[in-house]
Order: sequence, then structure tokens, then C-alpha cells
Amino acid sequence: MKELWKLFALFFKIGLFTFGGGYAMLPLLKAELVNKRRFVSEQELLDMYSIGQCTPGIIAINVATFIGYRQKGIRGAITTTAGMVMPSLIVIILLASVLQNFADNRYVAYAFSGIRICVAALIADVIFDLARKNIAGYMSVFVFIGALALLVGAGLSAVWIVIIAGTVSLAAGEIRRKKK
Amino acid sequence: MIYLLLFFEFFKIGLFAIGGGLVTVPFLFDLTEKYDWFSPSELADMIAVSESTPGPIGVNMATFAGFKAAGILGALTATFGLVLPSVVIIIMVAKLMQKYSCNTRVHTILEGIRPAVLALILFAGVQIAQIALTGSIEILMFVALFAMMRQWKQSPILYLGLAAVLGIALKL
Repeated sequence: MKELWKLFALFFKIGLFTFGGGYAMLPLLKAELVNKRRFVSEQELLDMYSIGQCTPGIIAINVATFIGYRQKGIRGAITTTAGMVMPSLIVIILLASVLQNFADNRYVAYAFSGIRICVAALIADVIFDLARKNIAGYMSVFVFIGALALLVGAGLSAVWIVIIAGTVSLAAGEIRRKKK
Repeated sequence: MIYLLLFFEFFKIGLFAIGGGLVTVPFLFDLTEKYDWFSPSELADMIAVSESTPGPIGVNMATFAGFKAAGILGALTATFGLVLPSVVIIIMVAKLMQKYSCNTRVHTILEGIRPAVLALILFAGVQIAQIALTGSIEILMFVALFAMMRQWKQSPILYLGLAAVLGIALKL
């Protein structure tokens, strides 16, 4: 029970400091779950994003549920998801009922332009860390550049990028295995 | 029964919106045509507030929409409906993953996808940067924050707090 509370508190904190979508959450997840607590490895966290990207539901919730399940089964999955959504529920209900002009406030707007810059820097920081271990060898460079080209050039959705990358990797793996 | 309707509609969004939180926007827009819960212009305000408040955007918007439609209980119902498909499906997927974690093909696929996910992260980062880095002060702040992060591996929360204070101090 105590461990479930800790999981709840941890994801409450992550939800509270996530500004933006699921990818804005990644630097926090990496700091808390990979570096500090070693719940999952960097690779496992990335795998959760690839699965979360092509399963129904928004990525942030998918990843939270995934980590909760890995830690403490179904009860863990429910706990982390509840922790993750709780700050949203509290803050939005408060704003919608009491502080209706919150988003129009000048100082809030100033603070948020600062926060957005920080989120961009945090994502850049995480990419540098992750690239070192996950882009090695030309197959991975090929997939990385190919995925970028399809995203920017063809405007393909993220779901397709993941599916195509998986298919290409599987095919390449099968060819390698046949050669042996 | 508005709560049942809310639950059902947001369950559908949770089931069919695949990807980041903003993919729920078209679904929410459909709701403005189907019900009189909130208007399209209110939806625009909801998106703006959801982007500039703590929590993942998708959850924020569901909570807001539910609140507009039916108060606090509506907010709880909509959010519960949104996350339920995720929780059920991911638990099933996680079970499958445990079963096949030793399968070499599953390994090959997941390992192969990781560089593509990095590309997705980079793309998301660039999109945020395009909105955030509007002038030279902003770019300078980005570079300074990035340098600090590389130098001292502190908690992201610390940098977020610092950036909020700087944003106000510099009136960005």
C-alpha cells in the first residue's frame, strides 16, 4: 500500500510539471524513472513511447499506465494513471470555476513563454542523451533519417512512422538471420 | 442522462484518438456540433488554457470539456472515459510484452523502432521551439538553459521554475 502511495505521488508530480503533450513529459520521466529511481531503462522508456504512439489513447496516459503495470501490476497501472490525471482535474476545475481569466493574465503569459523555451531545451537535452545509445550503426542512422524525412517531407503521422520502422527492422533482421 | 453520454463520448475519443493530446481536438470539435455542451469559440479557449496549465493537454481538455458540459462530476466522468480505453488496452499489451520479452523478433522490432521514436521526439521538440523561440532573447535563453542542463544534470522541475521566473523578469 505504501508503495502504491509512492507511485501515486510520483506520477502526481510528473503530471503537475508536464506542460504540453506526451513528449514534453519525456524529460521528467527520464529524470525520475530512469536516472533517479531506475524503474526502467532508457531503452524500455523509448519502447513504451513506440507502443503508446500506436495504441489507442493519448501517449501520456499510455506511458503512465505501462510503467504502473510494470511496477505493481493492474493496481499499479490504475495508481499511476490516477496520479497523472489528478493535477489536471484539480487545476482545470479550479480555473474553470474560480480563475476564469487565468490564461489572459499578463504574468501567467510571461511565465509560460519562459516555460515553453525550457520545455524545448529539456527535449533537446534528452535527445542528446538518448541519441548516444540508440543511434549507433548505420541501420539506426538510416531509420532515424528515414523517419525524419517521412515526417517532414511526406507529413506522415507518427503512427505510420512507428509501423514502417518496425516493419523495416523486422525485414532487415530476417534477412540477416537467413544469411547466417 | 448527461453523465452516461459524456462517458460514452470520451470513451470513444480515448479509443480512437491515437497519438498526442492534440489529436483529440477534431473529436472535441465534433462534440460542439452534436451537443450544446460548449461552443467552438469556447473550445478554442479550452485549448489555450489546456496548453498553458500543468498536465498533459489531452487530459486537460477532457476535464475542461466535461466541466463545461456538466460541472465537477462531468469533469470526472469525461476524464475517466478518456483514460479507460488506454488503461485496459495497455495492461493487455504489457501482459503480452512480458510473455514475448525473450522473443528475438520482438526485440529486433523494438530496437529498430527506437531511432524512429527519437525522430518523433526531435520533431515534437522542433515544433515547440518554433512557437517558443520568437526572438533573439528567447534563443539566448534557450541556449543558456540547454548549456546548464548539459553541464549540471539537475531536475527538470528546477529548470522549469527558473524559466518561469526568467519569463516574467524578462517579460518575454
